[in-house]
Amino acid sequence: MGSVDHSIKENIKPYEASFGAMVPTPFVKFMRTCLIWQGIRFIIINVKMILVVQKSH
Amino acid sequence: MARLVVMGGGVSGHTAATFAKKWLGNEHEVVVVTPNSQWNWIPSNIWVGVGQMNKEDVTFPLAPVYKKAGIDYRQAKAVSIHPEGKTDSNTPYITIEYTGQGKEGQTEEVTYDYLINATGPKLNFDATPGLGDGKGGIGNHTVSVCTADHALHANLELQKIFNKAKTEKQKVLIGTGHGMCTCQGAAFEYIFNIEHEARRAGVRDNLEIQWISNESFLGDFGIGGLHIKRGMYAASSKLFAESLFVERGVKWMIGAHVSKVKKGKIEYELLDGTTGEETFDFAMLIPPFAGVGLKAYNKDDEDMTDKIFAPNGFLKVDADYTPKPYEEWKASDWPKTYQNPEYSNIFACGIAFAPPHLISKPMSSPNGTPINPTPPRTGMPSGIIGKAVAHSICDLIKNGSGAHLHEASMGEMGAACVASAGKGLTNGTAAALTVYPIVPDFEKYPGIGRDLDYTFGEIGLAGHWIKHILHHMFIYKAKLKPGWTLIPE
Ligand SMILES: Cc1cc2nc3c(=O)[nH]c(=O)nc-3n(C[C@H](O)[C@H](O)[C@H](O)COP(=O)(O)OP(=O)(O)OC[C@H]3O[C@@H](n4cnc5c(N)ncnc54)[C@H](O)[C@@H]3O)c2cc1C
Repeated sequence: MGSVDHSIKENIKPYEASFGAMVPTPFVKFMRTCLIWQGIRFIIINVKMILVVQKSH
Repeated sequence: MARLVVMGGGVSGHTAATFAKKWLGNEHEVVVVTPNSQWNWIPSNIWVGVGQMNKEDVTFPLAPVYKKAGIDYRQAKAVSIHPEGKTDSNTPYITIEYTGQGKEGQTEEVTYDYLINATGPKLNFDATPGLGDGKGGIGNHTVSVCTADHALHANLELQKIFNKAKTEKQKVLIGTGHGMCTCQGAAFEYIFNIEHEARRAGVRDNLEIQWISNESFLGDFGIGGLHIKRGMYAASSKLFAESLFVERGVKWMIGAHVSKVKKGKIEYELLDGTTGEETFDFAMLIPPFAGVGLKAYNKDDEDMTDKIFAPNGFLKVDADYTPKPYEEWKASDWPKTYQNPEYSNIFACGIAFAPPHLISKPMSSPNGTPINPTPPRTGMPSGIIGKAVAHSICDLIKNGSGAHLHEASMGEMGAACVASAGKGLTNGTAAALTVYPIVPDFEKYPGIGRDLDYTFGEIGLAGHWIKHILHHMFIYKAKLKPGWTLIPE
């Protein structure tokens, strides 16, 4: 799990639109499908969404 | 006994009709006029379009549900509204043309005391030469995921492309098919689901995937973009959208009006006035939306469509339609009660109401071609508005014309949105977003127009789980299964 994502090498070219984008590090990408972390996020996102839904009714 | 007629049994109309019937009971009648025999959970069409769901997973027959609810269901399309009745009667009515129930093609007059227009959008493929078939349907150069049948066909074509990509390079083009399209979110979901499936099928290396959109910046989504807190910053949706596109190797072209579609090729004009062509082997381009083309007639049977409908075919409601420059737009221009100003017993909900103006900043090319997303009205606001309108009408029926009308302004309401970026129980991802309010209120929240405490977003597997749960929850709710009223819109 290095700090540079392979998509930088594959998908970014200098002076093209892609050059200005922020790219996730492999750690960020790992956390996106890490079951424990996503279990926690599941609860947090649900709470946040319920608050927005309540505020909108 | 009063009669409420609901035109359109989609997300908004179905919500309005089912709540109205529950609140009115058997003392009053609720009639739904809608042309399809099946209800469709449209958001999941994306998964049908990549072969991860079947049509049966996203649809169910309406007749048994309406029978259970005690709703009078006419499988028909509404054709015209006659709010003043006719020469020998003051009772308002609509005309309908049956599309099913063994009465196909037959017409009928249906009288009403209250009327809801929830007819959603007309998928206006013909607005772009070559995108449509010239008869109101989709042409044969591109595919669509807007209906379950379209999505089924899209997947058949996609699988052919995946097959070819095993041996040769293929190009996929996804986005909007006109400078004034809305629903960028659906195209966004489709492009990332294709990317995800292509990796799963082992053909990603031979697939060039390209986005084309009328947004002036990536992540506008027709709502002028949004900001969310990330680290110590309020970061714009442009940053997040570009990040995802780069990470997944998807190129983008923005500020584009698709002016012509041909076999394997589109012509486009950009915001800077330049024109060009782009080739494709597979393209899904969202069509622009318009009202479904209902007509209105006065007591003397004279056409007065322009009195109650805006030129784009959407029903005028209690919005401030005064034309003004972008700098003077206010969240309070947006409708609150969705009551037609001419006829107080007519309401609109969901996509069928005429928005007062764009949400994104209007833009046009030096040639004068408007290139800007039109306002989306996604599932949550469509449902909430449908319920508020039903509430108002029930109160009017029960308490008389002085009853207080319920409000549901998109300038005071948030929306939760989950955009799939690939399906899979352990490797799926989706962007879970909330935005509050939907229409930015720059007076209340100067600068970004939104409350940062209630506007957030992140991408991950949790979002995918939520999207999947919502799929089952909303179909459960639409089927009026036990406890359906407890599930929020
Ligand atoms: C591919 C796709 C994906 C989407 N994904 C999401 C998502 O993830 N989240 C989200 O919040 N929103 C999503 N949306 C948007 C969402 O589908 C709409 O906001 C919602 O369907 C609007 O509800 P509505 O009732 O106004 O229109 P619809 O749901 O389209 O319903 C309109 C109904 O009116 C009927 N009708 C048409 N003409 C007539 C007539 N003349 N007379 C009577 N009835 C008529 C139609 O048959 C239909 O049943 C998506 C849209 C698409 C196309």
